Amino acid sequence: MLMKLLSGDRPASPVLTVLLLVILIGLAFAPFLFPGSKPLETAARICIFIVLVASYDLLIGYTGIVSFAHTMFFGLGAYGTALGLTLGGASFAAAGLGALCGVGLAALLALAIGLFSLRVKAIFFAMVTLAIASAFAVLVSQLSFLTGGEDGLNYKIPRELTPAFKLFAEPVLGLRIDGKVLSYYLVFGVALALFLALVRIVNSPFGRVLKAVRDNGFRAEAIGYKAVHYRTAATVLSAMMAAMAGVLLALWLRYTGPATTLSMEIMVDILLMVVIGGMGTMYGAVIGATLFILAQTYLQALMGLAEGATAGIPLLSALVAPDRWLLWLGVLFVLSVYFFPTGIVGRLRAGKAGAA
Amino acid sequence: MSETLIRPRIEARPLGERLAEKLPLLLVPLLMLGGLIVTGSPSTWATLTVAGLAMGLMIFIMASGLTLVFGLMDIINFGHGAFVAVGAFIGFTVLTWLSGWTGHPSVLMNLAAMLIAVTVTMLATGLIGYGFEKVIIKPVYGQHLKQILVTMGGMIIAQQLIHVVWGPDALHLSRPLALQGSWVIGDAAIEKYRIVAVGVGLALFVAMRHVLKHTKVGLLVRAGVENGEMVEALGYRIRRLFLVVFMVGSALAGLGGVMWGLYQETITAHMGSEIMVLVFIVVIIGGLGSVEGCFIGALLVGLLANYTAFAAPKVALVSTIGLMVVVLMWRPQGLYPVVKAK
Amino acid sequence: MAEPLLTLDGVHTHIGPYHILQGVSLTVPQGGVSVLLGRNGAGKTTTLRTIMGLWRASRGEVRFDGRDITQLDTPSIARAGIAYVPENMGIFTDLTVAENMALAATSGPIDAKRLSWVQDLFPPIRNFWNSSAGTLSGGQKQMLAVSRAIIEPRRLILIDEPTKGLAPAIIVAMTDALRQLKETETTILLVEQNFAMASSLGDTVAVMDDGRIVHAGGMATLVADAGLQERLMGLSLEAHQ
Repeated sequence: MLMKLLSGDRPASPVLTVLLLVILIGLAFAPFLFPGSKPLETAARICIFIVLVASYDLLIGYTGIVSFAHTMFFGLGAYGTALGLTLGGASFAAAGLGALCGVGLAALLALAIGLFSLRVKAIFFAMVTLAIASAFAVLVSQLSFLTGGEDGLNYKIPRELTPAFKLFAEPVLGLRIDGKVLSYYLVFGVALALFLALVRIVNSPFGRVLKAVRDNGFRAEAIGYKAVHYRTAATVLSAMMAAMAGVLLALWLRYTGPATTLSMEIMVDILLMVVIGGMGTMYGAVIGATLFILAQTYLQALMGLAEGATAGIPLLSALVAPDRWLLWLGVLFVLSVYFFPTGIVGRLRAGKAGAA
Repeated sequence: MSETLIRPRIEARPLGERLAEKLPLLLVPLLMLGGLIVTGSPSTWATLTVAGLAMGLMIFIMASGLTLVFGLMDIINFGHGAFVAVGAFIGFTVLTWLSGWTGHPSVLMNLAAMLIAVTVTMLATGLIGYGFEKVIIKPVYGQHLKQILVTMGGMIIAQQLIHVVWGPDALHLSRPLALQGSWVIGDAAIEKYRIVAVGVGLALFVAMRHVLKHTKVGLLVRAGVENGEMVEALGYRIRRLFLVVFMVGSALAGLGGVMWGLYQETITAHMGSEIMVLVFIVVIIGGLGSVEGCFIGALLVGLLANYTAFAAPKVALVSTIGLMVVVLMWRPQGLYPVVKAK
Repeated sequence: MAEPLLTLDGVHTHIGPYHILQGVSLTVPQGGVSVLLGRNGAGKTTTLRTIMGLWRASRGEVRFDGRDITQLDTPSIARAGIAYVPENMGIFTDLTVAENMALAATSGPIDAKRLSWVQDLFPPIRNFWNSSAGTLSGGQKQMLAVSRAIIEPRRLILIDEPTKGLAPAIIVAMTDALRQLKETETTILLVEQNFAMASSLGDTVAVMDDGRIVHAGGMATLVADAGLQERLMGLSLEAHQ
């Protein structure tokens, strides 16, 4: 049963299995295990980013394509939902319609970009997506009458998902089941389903062709697979998944703006998570996103302490300031590309293989 | 060397083919003409055109190194923008030291300050380029995916280091006294600095063409772009050649950074990644690896951005993407596709 | 006899997952023309590329002029005195004929006397001196490729199928030029599928199949021994006769 859910893709390392289980249980019972709003925020972000990073892994890890437009698709889903709720009022129908438009637009755009620029080279695709994504971000901030510009959009979500809504009169296991908790479980459930769907995709015959195209495009072509078609299909799928992650974010945050969806920094975060977790493994997305967001939330506080402790030493103090968090991530990123190209998951699996 | 006695008989290529080769050159005047129609006023048009040429040529300065590096070694440095930003900040520091000179009424002193700032910047970014190539790029040579990731990582690190050294805030970079203000020609006000930018850009283009056409290093670069393996088989170390080109490209990015900073009069750590979008569009439009294509692409992007900024300011950047799409539909490999052996 | 100019001893070469050369042992004596025959995919081009260091031998040794060059990089091998005319000719089409030649002269400006000798061998090099190399015909490009290899004296020239795809008249001219070149101090290692040309030029011959040398000896022996030819032709040449 479990293997079927995972499409037969075993974690293939005891440590990894335990880690994944811990993350799954932690996320599944987050409202009960870690009371308070900050932990719940963190857990929801982890769920959303697992989908976002896993969908990126479909592209970079399984297809060998580097795209810088992933946040654009993420943003399309989020802005679609946000606009639906802003214009259509706080109903599920409005949110659904907006989400549908956002995801559909993401698919169309991905199709166009894919057909247009995947024929040439990986580098070319990376450059084109970078240019288009930046232009899109600028456009969104310019069209402020529609998107709220840099300030973004604040809107109401359906009442059932707000803290004001109470599902039961009595607390369950000491927790009041309000709309926020429901909202969290909506995010968790959809994210889990999307992640399992991605695992299924990469383990399907389609996924195997993708890997063949990645490893030897020339040979795959010779066998009769149109590499461009497969790459484009992967791009479209990945874009739709990213857009759905965006829908979840828009519902969860009740706010959509450039900084939370479209910024280059989010793109860099995604890159870091996928590389550190392990490209081409799917489980790497889970590990990468969880570790990264936990570190982002809690490690920066630690750096603040370090800054205080080194206040007397000018340069060192500047280097460990919480604002320089990205500096150390950048270093970590470059080092992991050099020395751990398979990321944490690859390491764990290799370690097991070495021991066996 | 023996005299050429018999005139070579070159197979005449069809007229259409020869025309098609020149066609991209026509795009620049065509776009200028379009701009004139859209703006409707010669003086506004003149101002915008000079601004567009200045912007285009500054982008050319930054993009030319990138495109050559790609042509020679199949490497796109996603961290190229970091050199632009670092260059701007180093230029800022030098010009601040020399603020007595830049504020001096003597034009000569102003220019001397500029010259020193530019020289120091180019030396510094060239040297940083040396380190970047050795440390960041060399280990992942030949692996595209890792190259993109690692150079991107290098960019993040560089931006953060700028924050550490120069602080997190945007800095104001003022032009030397002689380059402030405008000349009024007829009804058109032309900023002095833009003329300087056009002059520097054109001079660089001419110099670059000369080096590529008439020096041995230039010949080797062109030969290497087409078939690096054969250059090696003739006995030349292409890696050394590449390192030189990379350093020159980095130095030019630094020069572009100073010039762009003086143009905008504000510099931020993120300016590099913002400009990189334009640089990439230019390199793609021109054809990856082609200096001529890069030149024309830069002029087109600069002009178009300025015309649309006047006519429809909200879509200025999107218009350049539109230009890229149109060009790629016409020529999928860019205006001047680079012939690669094999 | 003196020590051979070039020796390959048990050379293995891998390209990606493919094991192309599986223990090639080959000697090229000083002077004259040595011919390497074999059907497509036998490993002839890989052998030349391995000698040039363009692909690295994973096992075995390449000795040139008494010196181990297995681990040297390509430019050092070239400067040790080996010139290479690859199968695709490696012409820089963006450059003129003159510029192509200038790059081939690695130790300084082109020697005028030598150039005039080369241009006598290959008149198109003179006639099209200032033309773009991209406008040359296939045969002229091949002549340019060989001219580049001989514009400075080299101990050894590796030539990969110089007659491939050329018109018969041009093959005659090329054969003639190589025969004249043979009279100089230069040694030639020629990969060829055209047996008529190969046998008219070659002093020694080696036949490859499946990444190994399956026969080596004097060209005269092979030409005289119809039975041996039959057996090796079956391996190497039937498709091309």
